[in-house]
Amino acid sequence: MVKYDIPEKMMVKMLMDMLLTRTFEERVNELFMQGKIHGTTHLGVGQEAIAAGVSNALRPDDWIQPTHRGHGHCIVKSGNVNIIMAELFGKVNGPCKGMGGSMHIADIAAKNMGTSGIVGGTFPIAVGMGMALKMQKKDAIVTCMFGDAANNQGTFHESLNMASIWNLPILFLCENNFYGMSIPIKYSMAVESVAMRGNSYNIPNKIIDGNNALEVYENVREISQAVRKNGPFLLECQTYRCLGHSKSDQRKYRTKQEEQEWKEKCPIKFMQNFLLEHEYVSQAELQDMAAKAEEIIEEAVKYAENSPYLDLEDAAKLVYA
Amino acid sequence: MREITYLEALSEALQEEMHRDASVFIMGEDIGIYGGCFGVTRGLLDEFGAERMKETPISEASFVGAAVGAAALGMRPVVEIMFSDFVTLAADQLANHAAKMRFMTGGQVKIPMVLRTPAGSGTGAAAQHSQSLEAWFTHIPGLKVIMPSTPYDAKGLLKSAIRDDNAVIFFEHKLLYKERGEVPEGDYTVPIGKADIKKRGEDVTIVSYSLMVHKALHAARELEKQGISAEVIDLRTLLPLDEATIVESVKKTSRLVIVHEASKNGGIGGEIAGRVAESDAFYYLDAPIKRVCGKDMPIPYTPVLEKQVVPEEADIIRAVKDIVR
Repeated sequence: MVKYDIPEKMMVKMLMDMLLTRTFEERVNELFMQGKIHGTTHLGVGQEAIAAGVSNALRPDDWIQPTHRGHGHCIVKSGNVNIIMAELFGKVNGPCKGMGGSMHIADIAAKNMGTSGIVGGTFPIAVGMGMALKMQKKDAIVTCMFGDAANNQGTFHESLNMASIWNLPILFLCENNFYGMSIPIKYSMAVESVAMRGNSYNIPNKIIDGNNALEVYENVREISQAVRKNGPFLLECQTYRCLGHSKSDQRKYRTKQEEQEWKEKCPIKFMQNFLLEHEYVSQAELQDMAAKAEEIIEEAVKYAENSPYLDLEDAAKLVYA
Repeated sequence: MREITYLEALSEALQEEMHRDASVFIMGEDIGIYGGCFGVTRGLLDEFGAERMKETPISEASFVGAAVGAAALGMRPVVEIMFSDFVTLAADQLANHAAKMRFMTGGQVKIPMVLRTPAGSGTGAAAQHSQSLEAWFTHIPGLKVIMPSTPYDAKGLLKSAIRDDNAVIFFEHKLLYKERGEVPEGDYTVPIGKADIKKRGEDVTIVSYSLMVHKALHAARELEKQGISAEVIDLRTLLPLDEATIVESVKKTSRLVIVHEASKNGGIGGEIAGRVAESDAFYYLDAPIKRVCGKDMPIPYTPVLEKQVVPEEADIIRAVKDIVR
């Protein structure tokens, strides 16, 4: 049996975070289909291990920038499902008062600088955040998350270059789910892995199993400490996105077989089995956790439904500081 | 009062604000030993050191975005783009991030950055190094846009821009860098969003900004000799626009001529005309509103044509005489 230097309580917390994330995403999917949530959303079902492993391994004063597929990250970093659901409902009790919605969730008090609807939009901002942290003599770091396809955007290259020449405290973390919307990355990338692009910028890099929350946690914990002292790192976490890119995606560009193969590598199943094998939890406790997750998500939906909307006059005041 | 150049005024503003507030820092290409392409940051590296004078690689999209990120964490970056035409490279970070992060986050962050950049034609730099793109940015809620015409306004407005908690685009004009004017020593600010009546008059209102203010003032002097009294308003800030000052002046004079170097179609002249037309100044107008603007073409390299595609003093005089009987 593989050994992880992670406290049992943290492992159990990470499973709970993954259950919350998945239940949230599946419920949001339903709410969309019922027309109760507006617009579009990008669900991270299958990518929960990265959400659980990253924020739990960082310090509370470390910053994250999730992607537009980042509800899980937002939930774990904020530690509050209610407000994230409220934001998806566009309500004033969301951290962005409903002004951002699914693709633009930020929670500054929790050190979540926010997702961006522009793929590649967060790389330069990470550079600036790293510069500020250094100038302010803080040793917090920035974890800039991005999907595999984002690494073809020009800003990825410019930003890694600047992070490297200025030795900035940035962990560039790729959630490689092997697809950029409908294009498999082997067709859009000139080289074999995202991680190896770090070499072009003299940035140390590594590829890990993004469906093993324990591996993600250990690596982020260790690497974040290195980033604090030595500057940028590029970590590629391999995973899979079980649902479509967004709500209108019928997934015609991949096979049912491939989807089934990845379902077997489900990060939640892995964690449940691991905890059972090590006798950190019982079967009954696992069922309780799943039930608890459902309950928490239902509470969040009620919370969101009962929250009011911001009015136009107050929204207009938010344009300028 | 002593006279210094527009360039020296900008430099002084930067220097004084860097002393006043440790969170202010400068970034851009060649802003260190070289002193910036036009020399605005000359000497600042020696005074403040490399830590606060960040020389960037040629990566406009990302270093402007870096200014956004640094501002989001409480710094006050002043980022230089070498020629304002290159803002196109940074358009996403300006339009989709700098202008919108405060709003999208429900007010959780502010982006107190300044992007300063030289605009305008007349140096033979041709189509991609000579543009006046301010109209694009006035169309983006969340930004502020400033374009001073005098050394006094340049220093005071750059200080205000740096102290403002929003993303400000500060367009300098290349041909104004050598312009001399009276500038107080030490600290003073000019308010953002307030136009300045550079010359009072009774017969026609000329609204302008940047280099064209000087042409308008020369035209006004010539018009005085011909018995026409022109009021020249220098907008100084384009976003937010000082509508009240324009409307009040038009109600007094009943005639409006708008002058800008930027090409006419889709330029700010249209916005100004629209605002006057929808205000009660409309009832005071005795003639159509006139716009004297750059031609709707890229700036040619040929020197004689370069001059012809932008407004000249004679064009302004002709426009005024067209509507003053």
